[in-house]
Amino acid sequence: MKGAPYAFLLPATILFALFFALPIGYAVWLSFRKVKVSGLGLGSGARKEVWAGLENYTDALTDNELVGGALRVLGYGCIVVPVMLGLALLFALMLDSDKVRLAPFTRLAIFLPYAIPGVVAALLWGFLYLPDVSPFYYVLEKLGLPQPDLLDGGPLYLALSNIAVWGGTGFNMIVIYTSLQAIPAEVYEAAKLDGATPLQIALKIKIPMVAPSLVLTFFFSIIATLQVFNEPTTLKPLTNSVSTTWSPLMKVYQDAFGKGDIYAAAAQATIIALATLLLSFGFLRAANRRQKQEAAR
Amino acid sequence: MSSLAVGKADTAAGATPGTAQSRPPLRSRIALIPTVTLLLGAIYCLLPVAWVVIAATKSGSELFSTFTFLPGTGFADNFSDLSAYRDGVYWQWMGNSALYAGLGALLSTCVSAFSGYALAIYRFRGRETMFNVLLAGVLMPPVILAIPQYLLLAKADLTDSYLAVLLPQILSPYGVYLSRIYAAAAVPGDVVEAGRMDGASEWRIFTRVALPMMVPGMVTVFLFQFVAIWNNFLLPYIMLSDDEKFPITLGLFTLLEQGANTPALYTLVITGAFLAVIPLVALFLVVQRFWSLDLLSGAVKS
Repeated sequence: MKGAPYAFLLPATILFALFFALPIGYAVWLSFRKVKVSGLGLGSGARKEVWAGLENYTDALTDNELVGGALRVLGYGCIVVPVMLGLALLFALMLDSDKVRLAPFTRLAIFLPYAIPGVVAALLWGFLYLPDVSPFYYVLEKLGLPQPDLLDGGPLYLALSNIAVWGGTGFNMIVIYTSLQAIPAEVYEAAKLDGATPLQIALKIKIPMVAPSLVLTFFFSIIATLQVFNEPTTLKPLTNSVSTTWSPLMKVYQDAFGKGDIYAAAAQATIIALATLLLSFGFLRAANRRQKQEAAR
Repeated sequence: MSSLAVGKADTAAGATPGTAQSRPPLRSRIALIPTVTLLLGAIYCLLPVAWVVIAATKSGSELFSTFTFLPGTGFADNFSDLSAYRDGVYWQWMGNSALYAGLGALLSTCVSAFSGYALAIYRFRGRETMFNVLLAGVLMPPVILAIPQYLLLAKADLTDSYLAVLLPQILSPYGVYLSRIYAAAAVPGDVVEAGRMDGASEWRIFTRVALPMMVPGMVTVFLFQFVAIWNNFLLPYIMLSDDEKFPITLGLFTLLEQGANTPALYTLVITGAFLAVIPLVALFLVVQRFWSLDLLSGAVKS
């Protein structure tokens, strides 16, 4: 009996060691290494892996492409997270309101994009952004309205954000909606008797009560946004405005496999992982403190 | 489900009296703003799907010349063109995705069930540490894992193989987390204790007593993991170079890369995207009843 829990945890432990701990350790090790080329770089002894200290890190932090990618993703995240969570909360509240019709159908329809791979979603929207085949451009043309280029400049951010919002709203809506459903009906009864409008009930009772799930969805949305890779990569063949280093993860991929500099890529990857961890723990601590303060009141 | 029940009771009440005078005015029977808002949301979410369904029926020339929401006449041709593309490699991709997602999710669910059960039922040294370390895996950006995983698998000569895509996706920190929550809620401690009194082995208690109680939660874990693996792009993108082993996401991406400069290939990409959407959407419609999303809010609360 004493060994039983460890036996049950053995498969997970082995997999964790092989596919999480070891790769992370290896990446950190590589991030402190570099290749030294002697002579013309020919022959087996000419390329030697040596200790690099913090060189890869200082290179990464002063790399304009990486910093630029971080800023681009920041701008993109400032659009995606509020719009997606705002819509998810709005739809969840609407689903939860009295006398709403077609709720099961609309709930399923809004959740549907979750089932569609990010690559396919980006591909579908990519075609809808292409003037040659898009119904939007067809309508704009018939109406004689200007036709903006959605795959360039500022609109490109909107185009990319739209794909993420489309794909993520339904899932977050379901998370918020299930926690709305968990609120007992008695909680509203008194407010209703006092003549509170549905809007007041939503703002004063429902939203504060689902705050924990809003925190959770916010947290996961931020992490997902920082890691954006699939959608810009998929749009790349359709436009020249998405560079191979558009997001930080694309830059890491490009350095590792495009340039073949795994050492620089490892240092960048480590920085991104540390930034994600710091952000996550900072955020969770702040959220916890907030909850404790509210509980103390 | 409460709002749904209210809606039904409402219609029943409105229908029984039957006379026009006894009915309240339309606006008070249907909440107009919520219904319209949700319908707009549904239209937004269905629009690209509707477009791809229609665009897949168009021949190459129709795609560029006719209004995009009118169906075309070319679906049969598109379908056979796609099936003929590189000796049917498209269907190979579909099969690969089914294999990666099906087998991967099954193994992942088993590992999650073992771990979740152990973490929920037993008290042992290092329990919380193990749980937290496993959970930290959720926060790891996939590319940070995938690149060293690739380099290490290359040393073992395992890259560009089915195993390279399958193995790294078996352990799912999120699956372990959900399993722990579910096992803690569904398996009462005294049932396990009673099993021990009867002299059953720990393994027997798990398989005969606990596992049946955990089935609904494990179905959810399986579905989450199935969707996650089916939708994964980055890992196969890094691991694979032989397109016979590609999953559908990577296959479609390479098709798009080739097709972007040759509009003649657009119809192939569009038809491929349409067919790729079908399996998961069908899965969703069939299993949505077994998909216990309450687990998510349970996860939220704790």
